[in-house]
Amino acid sequence: MRVVSFTLNGKATRLTVDETRMLLWVLRDDLGLTGTKFGCGQALCGACTVLVNNEAVQSCATPVGEVDGKQVVTIEGLASGDRLHPIQEAFVKHLGFQCGYCTPGMILGAYALLHKTPKPTRAQIIAHMDSHLCRCGAHGRIVQAVETAAAAKGGAR
Amino acid sequence: MSWDDDGNELVIDGPAPFPVTRRDFLKLTSTGVLVLMSVDALAGQETARPPTGRQGYPTDFNAYLHIGADNKVTCFVGKVELGQGAMTSLPQLLAEDLDVALASVEIVCGDTDLCPWDMGTFGSLSIRAFGPVLRAAAAEARGVLLALAAERLQVPVESLSVKDGVIRAAGSAAKTVTYGQLTEGKRIERTLASKPAVKPVKAFTIVGTSAPRRDAIEKVTGKAKYAGDIAPAGALHARILRPPAHGAVLAGADTSAAEKMPGVTVIRDGDLIAVLHQHWDEADKALALVKASFTRKDPPVDNATIFDHLVKNAPPEQRVAAGGDPATYAGPPLQVFEQTYYDSYMAHAPMETHSAVAAVENGKVTVWAGTQTPFPVKNQIMQALRLPAEKVRVITPHVGGGFGGKSASRQAVEAARLATLAGKPVRVVFTRAEEFFYDTFRPAAVLKIRSGLDASGRIVTWEYWVYAAGERGAAHFYDIPHHRTLAYGTWSGAGVPGYHPFAVGPWRAPGASTNAFARESHIDVMAAKAGIDPVEFRLKNLTDARMIRTLKAAAAKFGWTPKAAPSGRGVGVACGIDAGTYDTLMVEVAVDKTTGAVRVKRVVCAQDQGVVVNPAGSLQQVEGCITMGLGYTFSEEIRFKGGEVLDRNFDTYAIPRFSQVPQIDTVFIDAPDVPAQGCGEPAIVPLGAAVANAIYDAVGARVFQLPMTPARVKAAMKG
Repeated sequence: MRVVSFTLNGKATRLTVDETRMLLWVLRDDLGLTGTKFGCGQALCGACTVLVNNEAVQSCATPVGEVDGKQVVTIEGLASGDRLHPIQEAFVKHLGFQCGYCTPGMILGAYALLHKTPKPTRAQIIAHMDSHLCRCGAHGRIVQAVETAAAAKGGAR
Repeated sequence: MSWDDDGNELVIDGPAPFPVTRRDFLKLTSTGVLVLMSVDALAGQETARPPTGRQGYPTDFNAYLHIGADNKVTCFVGKVELGQGAMTSLPQLLAEDLDVALASVEIVCGDTDLCPWDMGTFGSLSIRAFGPVLRAAAAEARGVLLALAAERLQVPVESLSVKDGVIRAAGSAAKTVTYGQLTEGKRIERTLASKPAVKPVKAFTIVGTSAPRRDAIEKVTGKAKYAGDIAPAGALHARILRPPAHGAVLAGADTSAAEKMPGVTVIRDGDLIAVLHQHWDEADKALALVKASFTRKDPPVDNATIFDHLVKNAPPEQRVAAGGDPATYAGPPLQVFEQTYYDSYMAHAPMETHSAVAAVENGKVTVWAGTQTPFPVKNQIMQALRLPAEKVRVITPHVGGGFGGKSASRQAVEAARLATLAGKPVRVVFTRAEEFFYDTFRPAAVLKIRSGLDASGRIVTWEYWVYAAGERGAAHFYDIPHHRTLAYGTWSGAGVPGYHPFAVGPWRAPGASTNAFARESHIDVMAAKAGIDPVEFRLKNLTDARMIRTLKAAAAKFGWTPKAAPSGRGVGVACGIDAGTYDTLMVEVAVDKTTGAVRVKRVVCAQDQGVVVNPAGSLQQVEGCITMGLGYTFSEEIRFKGGEVLDRNFDTYAIPRFSQVPQIDTVFIDAPDVPAQGCGEPAIVPLGAAVANAIYDAVGARVFQLPMTPARVKAAMKG
């Protein structure tokens, strides 16, 4: 057990926790942020993706101790009140989801891409998103949504 | 538990997943104190037969709708939202026939205390089978409200019209009354002796429009709740000890190390051993400390030998379709084609693993379950805990994909049992390995076809034997004078113990993709031998107008130019009928001749599903079918040895990825004369066959087994 301090969705957070526990379960079970999903437990599906210092990280395989001193953003932290982030808006516009279970991870994965590469080519989007699994088959629409978000003003913060 | 042969109904005919074998069970509290509890309520349940759960839809229209004094309408359905869009399209049907604004309708799905009974969300039945029930309820409610309005306004009922829940009398602007004023939020007690007709298609203003998805905002913001997200106060996560293989029996277990972990409660009840902790990951760590031994009873089969096993141990044949007499045909000589096709076990692999949360309050068990079958699950829980109907409630939050795999929902029964035993709310969230292990796989199958072609390119005889895939989609739809289709076993494996080494069940359009792969491949085998373009060959042998229409529509959209295969272009076609819907798919592929890897470049789908209730939602379903279908076509195959499932996660079990997804163009046939048919499954059916035919067109080699892995494509090219 040790104290882990990080910024979570813009708020200073301090936890006394077994630092080897995976971030996913600390977010879900200790902090009640259930928007981050469990899918595979082995960093194979992307459902648990969160942002750590604006990079996409698979929280099911990230010990919470590793985010000490860093900025963590989960899906709950992306919209500003009722105002959706442009990536979320684009997912709604293109219906880039069905069951919605992979969606938080997809949106945060897309965020990380656009943060680093604000105007990606379609091939770059596909390559970046290829580690994210979706079983419903929303892939084509997700690619369109990322393209729309990239084209929108302020697509990536 | 199993499914009946038409694939439409869940039949609970077996023991609950964890029969209680003792009247007393032991419970270890978090402090390690042993408590002996008497649970007479659980006694004797291992021999009791559960109720079948077969009921009918209620005839009282109040079961489906409530109109508040504020004119807000609530629609109640036993269907659940799996991502397929039921919560968006079903209110369209209700609003249309009730004549209320779509925005005034809220929907409650899959809550057994609030919603009318439903057998489950599967079989592409929500719109085509439940839709008419919901529409009739709305139409009757509208009729009653009009009669009440006529009395209230002192005008003849014929003079009344309704728009957006406001009833107006002709010629008198002052004479209006709203639905809400009439109901005052109460149940509508009156019924109509003669049930009013539903609206004709030409009068639709809401059905046929792309109503926006109701789940969009909550799903992009992370607010949408799935079963595993429900956390009642004091809830504990349970991780359950599992056998290493199907058929293995627990021989002994030492839970002492797990018990020593802080915050851990161990529950043992017969063969059920679970470790509980407030955090899922810590419960998981504790489970790893349980030392257990099992006695294995593995059947002597694996994924290579299963096909011989399925044929040798086939249950008695069932005639699916027949006409003429193919066995004794004695007309002009035919060119005979004989071929065997194979399919492999496949997983549903929804992104959300099976999850459930149970809480007991005042003797009533409430279970939030990720399930396709809340009402049958309620029956299972009643059975497992020996509780009357009013003491069990199943609530279905958002479900993270089902595809048939969440018709079986053992996790809900496990959560209910554990919550009862623990005296605290219990959350069960399967690991991915549990998800694979307990999946009700799409069955491996063997299909044999013998057909005869005359000199003019007409199919004259057709004999079809399907082992283990079942009858759905087995009957051909071509114009063949002498034919016979026989099925050995069903896709559910029902009634044939030991036929499969693990559970099998409904996988999106159960059996139909397997049957289409064999049939439509075989059609192309004949067309190629006859030197006839495969579209032309189909048209030559078809008289079904709906199928001909989809074939022509697909060809026009695709830009199909006739050429006998193999043309080197890599184009393929296949047709299918499923859930009342007709499909033609056309695909273009590129085959890497060195590796055998195949890439689908584009897919055209022409689909006749009758009336399209929500075009945008239907388009999503078609695209989803085709994208998901790439998996069964190319890569999905469960490897197993005896009772042990070797694929346990996405590292070895490959489902479709972004880099594989082709351009997909969909054409919906305008068919206002056909009532709305199924949409969630049909388009997945012909994909494997269309790709097999396109591979043949590209390289002149045919693959006879799904999935068509690079190794199988390469082997086919070598001959």
